[in-house]
Amino acid sequence: MFSVRASFLILLLSAVLFGFTEDLHAARIGDISDSDIREQAARFFSFQDPAVRYAVAGSILLGICCGLLGSFIVVRKMALVGDTLSHAVLPGVALGFLWNMTKDPMAIFIGATVAGLIGTGVVNLIKQTTRLKEDTALGMVLAGFYAVGICLMTMIQQLPTGNVSGIDKFLFGQAAAIGFTDLKLMAVVTGLSLLIIGLFYKEFLLSSFDAGFARVAGFPVQMLHYTLMLLLAFAVVISLQAVGVVLVSAMLIIPAAAAYLLTDRLHKMIWLAAGFGMLAGVVGAFFSFLGPALPTGPFMVLGASVVFGAAFFFSPKHGVLTRWWRQRSHARQIHRENTLKSIYHVLEGREFKKESVTLTELKERRNESLEEARERVRELVSHRLATFDRSTNEIHLTPDGWQRACEIVRNHRLWELYLTNAAQIAADHVHDDAEKIEHVLGEDVVRQLEKRLNFATKDPHGRDIPGLQDIERGKGTFTRPEETIGYGRRP
Amino acid sequence: MNEIIPPFNLREFITLPWSDSITATSNFWIVLMGFLVAMTCGLVGNYLIVRRMALVGDAISHSVLPGIAIAFLVSQTRGSTAMFIGALLAGITTTIIIEIIHKKTRVKQDAAIGIAFTSLFAIGVILISLFASQIDLDQECVLYGEIGYIGPEALAGEMKQFLGIPVGPAPVARMLLVAIATCVLIVVFYKELLVSSFDPGLASSLGINATIVHYALMSWLSVVVVSSFESVGAILVIGMLILPGATAALLTSRFSLILFLSVVHAALSSLGGVHLATWLNCSPAGAMIVMACVLFGLAWILGPHDGLIRRWYLVRSQTAPGILPAQTIER
Repeated sequence: MFSVRASFLILLLSAVLFGFTEDLHAARIGDISDSDIREQAARFFSFQDPAVRYAVAGSILLGICCGLLGSFIVVRKMALVGDTLSHAVLPGVALGFLWNMTKDPMAIFIGATVAGLIGTGVVNLIKQTTRLKEDTALGMVLAGFYAVGICLMTMIQQLPTGNVSGIDKFLFGQAAAIGFTDLKLMAVVTGLSLLIIGLFYKEFLLSSFDAGFARVAGFPVQMLHYTLMLLLAFAVVISLQAVGVVLVSAMLIIPAAAAYLLTDRLHKMIWLAAGFGMLAGVVGAFFSFLGPALPTGPFMVLGASVVFGAAFFFSPKHGVLTRWWRQRSHARQIHRENTLKSIYHVLEGREFKKESVTLTELKERRNESLEEARERVRELVSHRLATFDRSTNEIHLTPDGWQRACEIVRNHRLWELYLTNAAQIAADHVHDDAEKIEHVLGEDVVRQLEKRLNFATKDPHGRDIPGLQDIERGKGTFTRPEETIGYGRRP
Repeated sequence: MNEIIPPFNLREFITLPWSDSITATSNFWIVLMGFLVAMTCGLVGNYLIVRRMALVGDAISHSVLPGIAIAFLVSQTRGSTAMFIGALLAGITTTIIIEIIHKKTRVKQDAAIGIAFTSLFAIGVILISLFASQIDLDQECVLYGEIGYIGPEALAGEMKQFLGIPVGPAPVARMLLVAIATCVLIVVFYKELLVSSFDPGLASSLGINATIVHYALMSWLSVVVVSSFESVGAILVIGMLILPGATAALLTSRFSLILFLSVVHAALSSLGGVHLATWLNCSPAGAMIVMACVLFGLAWILGPHDGLIRRWYLVRSQTAPGILPAQTIER
């Protein structure tokens, strides 16, 4: 656990240093309106313009902060609390602006945080004192606070002194409008979040996954919850300038949800979410930089959605496509193993007098059409489990195929025997169960079964259980691999 | 601070919106439009509240935006048919995306909602800002709504005719149609909606297909949201959807009465909102929601059955063991 905390602290230090190294006042990117896209892209990547550096630094900081706190939101199932919180800060932004009629980042920061916290407080109050459910309470507070904010904003716009161009940007976000004070605030908040989460990582982890146990173990669960809400409010407020009120919640939820699909460990999830947040932030800043009136927030969100989409389809463990592919290959493996088993049964029916099986025999054994049987053999041949002689229509198992066939039949019969002996199930009822489990019994389970069954050689129906000797019989001699010996044949 | 809030004068507060015939006409149409929007949304919203899907309403109200934007781009007109189809498709897409994310992965429903609507909304905003010249819809309209523009439109005398009778400005006439359709649908399918919302098990035993009801409700929600969209914007719609029903639910537990009270709430909030907006000189749509919140607050505190004051009194006097705070009843 030390390493997790240490890495949090290192990141914290770098965040603070990053935020404070530069003290330049830049022209806002939005001021330059008509230059073509390639020129703008070149300007962005050269990092010569301090405004670009501010925008990128700000996007990275907010990405880290949102990813970090968003991870907790997603695992605590509080995603829509984040949404409500982000809309509820709007009246605070407007009041902060009214405080001294300028876009003073500090006043707006305080106003927005207070409004956000009041909003979440009202949600709790409604939940506790009325019959209304949480979703209704969240929706009401979201709309109500947002409406107050809209009223205040429209009132500000009518004031002669109201500098509307600045406050407008809070709705959809403009990374180019990030100033040095904003950047300092972002660095402080990101640092603070990293510090608190890093120091109390174990406490937050436990209370997020098992609040009941955490309470019993003596952790201040309520206190941790409120701390998280406070940090969350901070994160929302520092992201407002770049992402905008309407879409902040997306930066909390989407990178963290993408990370949630990729790993099962919370600390890895946090790192991934922070990384995705940074990536989305920079991508959003870049695209909104390309055009004069393009808001940053939507591009950031879209960047994050693309990452989520990739994780949704291709995550190694939870991805939809990877899972589909895994299921499909598993189903095909079972299909092949059933073919091998049928071939074994045909061979067994002739008491292993002949080494090959004809297509017709396989077809009759499986009760299928000739075409289906041909398809089965094709599948075996492509996996080098059998060879097929077109002129005689004969199927020969390779040593690998023979070994797998023996294993499957052995699994099946051992399991049948086990069920009749240990579970007292009648011998004519055990087949279906064994039919399913034969494909998944592992090496060690088979060894245990053998031991329990005293290395029996006959199954409940009186047939031989194939063993090592049978497998060896089919392996052939390695000195003359081309020659068929026993029941196997080299491909 | 003081320069922004004008002094409060009750007489002026009441009379100002109706002081001369021009403002009065314009305000009449705004109140009517606000009422129609709030009533339609509120009626549909009641079902969302009961089904605990309030935030799906939030999601759909955001995600109709790309549907509308794409409809504009494809049809190149502000025709309402294209808009309705676009919004309908967007609304159903959202519902399906939420279902897929939630069912196919381990991401929970709340996060799935958050992912779906923010992504779609982002696409919508980007489309609007990229093709600003082709899409007759600006960011302001998305955020505040354009209910205030109905007044001038009505004064200009652009009335929509229906069977030769002037009904009102085009947006009002359209909204009236949706409102009537909503009422008719609710009356006709009252039983189906009620049963499938409160007891899905009973519904399926009565032969009501809950999935069809669900998707039908979502589709109609998209229609209602898109027709309200122009007036109140993407985000305030959620207030129109939830606030009337939530307020009514605090006052009674009979569903038919809740429907009626949410209509009353809609009327009061749109009327009060216009007065508030005239006083503060702010966005009428925002003011209507603020007024709706005030009404909710009143019901919350003063409610005769379940209000804070009555509950506090009951707990203090301990005279009515049968009536306990809601929290206790639930446990």
